[in-house]
Amino acid sequence: MDYRNTLTTCTYCGCGCNLFLESLDGTLTGTTPCKTHPVNEGKLCIKGWNVHQFVQSEKRLKAPLLRKNGELTEVSWDEALKFTASNLKRIKQTNGSDAVGFLASAKVTNEENFLMQKFARAAIGTNNVDHCARL
Amino acid sequence: MIEKIKQKIDDLLTKGSVTAVVALVNANGHVAPCLFQKGDDLSHLSLGDSQIPGDARYPLNKVLVTISRQYPDEVLGVLVRGCDQRGLNVLYQLNQLDPDKVVTIGIACPQSLAQACECQKPFPEDCVAGETHEEGISQKGVQEIEAMDLSKRFSFWLGEFSKCVKCYGCRDICPMCFCKECSLECEDLVSKGDLPVDIPVFHLTRAVHMADRCIDCGLCDEACPADIPLRVLYKKTSGIMNTEFGFTSGIKKQEKSPLSLMGPSPEKP
Repeated sequence: MDYRNTLTTCTYCGCGCNLFLESLDGTLTGTTPCKTHPVNEGKLCIKGWNVHQFVQSEKRLKAPLLRKNGELTEVSWDEALKFTASNLKRIKQTNGSDAVGFLASAKVTNEENFLMQKFARAAIGTNNVDHCARL
Repeated sequence: MIEKIKQKIDDLLTKGSVTAVVALVNANGHVAPCLFQKGDDLSHLSLGDSQIPGDARYPLNKVLVTISRQYPDEVLGVLVRGCDQRGLNVLYQLNQLDPDKVVTIGIACPQSLAQACECQKPFPEDCVAGETHEEGISQKGVQEIEAMDLSKRFSFWLGEFSKCVKCYGCRDICPMCFCKECSLECEDLVSKGDLPVDIPVFHLTRAVHMADRCIDCGLCDEACPADIPLRVLYKKTSGIMNTEFGFTSGIKKQEKSPLSLMGPSPEKP
């Protein structure tokens, strides 16, 4: 009977509400807001209340997918990275750096977002840096 | 008070009267629901008090239902306050829990908390700790709103409901809500994917469903990010049930809700 309430931060937006992921014997059963946390004081939005649903979802990606002949097929990380790098290089050379846009995310860490914009500005050479919230 | 509870829980676990106990714990700087099993460290047990009494309460009945569904043959202990006891009585009546598989560890709420909650009965059946105070505190919250004239009351409530962000927090935290198909997700009543929420259908649907179900724990009120005075609304609907049918959910064991009976109206007390 392994019942746990794991304290964690919601990944959906930059607010940082703290909640407990309730699990019983390794399966997530629900979400409860943390009442004593200063950020959300026991309250959550609808996305926060349903955080437990996506964590163990079957629909989550487990491998990189590449579109081949119109269909998304699983490929290795090497192939996916090679494809991305060579095409970004090609687009930069043919259409210029500003032909590429970068969309950062509230679901990743500040450090990952920093790397994203550094790559955009230093490696590709564009200021086209925006955020998934604007989609 | 907490020492008595720790002692009782230790007792129950050691003797094997229960397989595990649903209570609260102080961990990582916060209060969280926790399952204690034999041999577990009880030193960080919490009763749901952080800054002031009762400000870190959680729906422990809900945790109990989650666990007992997976382990229907195990006897489980649970920490209960007056409201939790009422909740258990309702859950037994609605076949969500087996009373033979539940052992309560009761605490009486202090006067300050009972006053703040305007609680009808701030102590459970079997109290292990805490002084029991008198029942029947006057419902000033409801009276204040009833003091307003009808049109002012109407705009007051519409104003409150319009703050709703449709987080479903009130429903998700409620220890009495367990319907697999919730009316609040029924497209005929509440449109999906739309904001603002259907006013006042959403809140009144919930209020009507809570009329014979709500045990006045106040967790919905505390979970609302828009500070809508849900508790006082549900106190009013429960009050109507009491006036018309002499029924208050959870006060008497095995009492069926008058709203679930078909036929001539039950006799008034």
